Amino acid sequence: MNFFLLSLIKAVVVAFVLLTTLAYLQWVERKVIAHIQVRLGPSRVGPHGLLQPLADVIKLITKEDLIPPHVNKFLFLAAPFFAITMALLSISVIPFGPDFHAFGGDTWMQLTDLNIGVLFVLAVSSMGVYGIAIAGWASNNKYSLLGGLRSSAQMISYELPLSLAVAAPLLLSNTLSLRGLVDHQTGYYLGFIPRWNVFQTPMPQIFSFIIFLIAAFAETNRIPFDLPEAENELVAGYHTEYSSMKFAAFFMAEYSNMVTVCAMTTTLFLGGWLPLWPAAAGSSFVPAVVFLGAGLIALYHGLNPARRRDRLTLPVVAVVFFGLALLFLIPAVQSVLLPLFWFAAKTGGLLFLFIWIRGTLPRFRYDQLMAFAWKVMFPIAVVNLLVTGLLVAVLS
Amino acid sequence: MDVILFLIFAVVAVVCGINVVVQSHPISSAISLIGVMASLAVLYLLLGAEFLAAAQVIVYAGAIMVLFVFVIMLLNAGAETRRGRSFMAQLLGVPLLIAFLGLMAFFVQRLFPGAGDVHFGAFRGGTALAVGRALFTQFLLPFEVVSVLILIAILGAVVLARKELE
Repeated sequence: MNFFLLSLIKAVVVAFVLLTTLAYLQWVERKVIAHIQVRLGPSRVGPHGLLQPLADVIKLITKEDLIPPHVNKFLFLAAPFFAITMALLSISVIPFGPDFHAFGGDTWMQLTDLNIGVLFVLAVSSMGVYGIAIAGWASNNKYSLLGGLRSSAQMISYELPLSLAVAAPLLLSNTLSLRGLVDHQTGYYLGFIPRWNVFQTPMPQIFSFIIFLIAAFAETNRIPFDLPEAENELVAGYHTEYSSMKFAAFFMAEYSNMVTVCAMTTTLFLGGWLPLWPAAAGSSFVPAVVFLGAGLIALYHGLNPARRRDRLTLPVVAVVFFGLALLFLIPAVQSVLLPLFWFAAKTGGLLFLFIWIRGTLPRFRYDQLMAFAWKVMFPIAVVNLLVTGLLVAVLS
Repeated sequence: MDVILFLIFAVVAVVCGINVVVQSHPISSAISLIGVMASLAVLYLLLGAEFLAAAQVIVYAGAIMVLFVFVIMLLNAGAETRRGRSFMAQLLGVPLLIAFLGLMAFFVQRLFPGAGDVHFGAFRGGTALAVGRALFTQFLLPFEVVSVLILIAILGAVVLARKELE
């Protein structure tokens, strides 16, 4: 059962990395938002608040788990479970990198490659809405119900432009497998423009990229589309009545959906694990240079500390960065780490965009939300799909 | 492995199907129906019709049932009150059901006598490519007729939902 063992190891690694990312994504979000708003953000638990996620986990686990007397008990308990299951499930088809040779074995950096991978992600994300809708209904609370209603209406509406935006790059790549999609984006035009779907001929998918991204904000209930949990109208929306780990499940589901949607955008439009420019032009040295630069900045601030404890913590951070930079220079490790670096860099950039927009934009009004989906995004997505289809049919 | 999965999901589908009828609250019935559709999708997958399985989940479980749940939540429909059943229904219900199932089995046997056993994984025409090719070559006319029919339905819904203009 070599296959079984290999799958088990991969599943454990992916689950561990994903859960750690979820925990620290929240720390990054709080820090970034804080700096946008000229605050410090979490800074008490551990150096620069780095142990804050751990403290939050302990707090959430040890909090009293309340079940209000007026709820529908079975559905109230099932809803967070359903939400987190659906949110974690779709990471299983995302490809993180190409072939991977190690210990005489040979595998893909992906849990499983379905030939209906794109449809699988769409199906799982369309099931995810039940977690929120049922939570809103089962809480038996008018604010929760309104939140659940808003979320289902919003998700149905934005799923249409989302699916249409996904269909256009599929026409170019002629496959539904996510690994096949990335393989089709290999190569460069004129030696330096990557053949990603955003730049792909005959029809660069820039419109469907933007539509997909906007719809992704709505699907993950993020600002400016966070009406299901609009705190100044609905207390906390669908999770008003939830506490302790059940609340944490909704929280994790939201962040997990964010990660998945960013990974999907990377795979569909930004060439997955492929580098920004050819390795011949030195793209393999980008990670080393980036980490070296980050290490130098940390070292500089450690030598000219703004606060006393920075004198100790920042040089340690600098050493870690230098170590990472060295790791990316070892040829044997490089071939494995480079694709992962590019994938993480693109996904991380998109995640930063999510956080940045949260710190920048106000919330839509409900009628604006619906009008935007049906009167702006839907027509653009249809026209984009038609033009892409026409060009592919004529030119191939 | 296939047989075990089939048995599990067939049982889930049947139990959820019975639950749709037995439950008195519309939301519980709707969720049971989602269970039926999801287990049907797994059965399609076991038979090798992967595109159909994905479409089943996206369209039925993910879109149509969301609308059902949405409407039930919007109307805030409560649990239905159970009225006393008629004497005839109590007396004849179970025998009629058995007779109906027997009749169905008989007709299936008569109409499809050559249908052999199901072999899991033997069917290879369920990919998106094969389904698309069949839809756009062999079944082009029915496919187009269905799309026109759906378009008419959408237009009808828009006309019905439109506000009256004075």
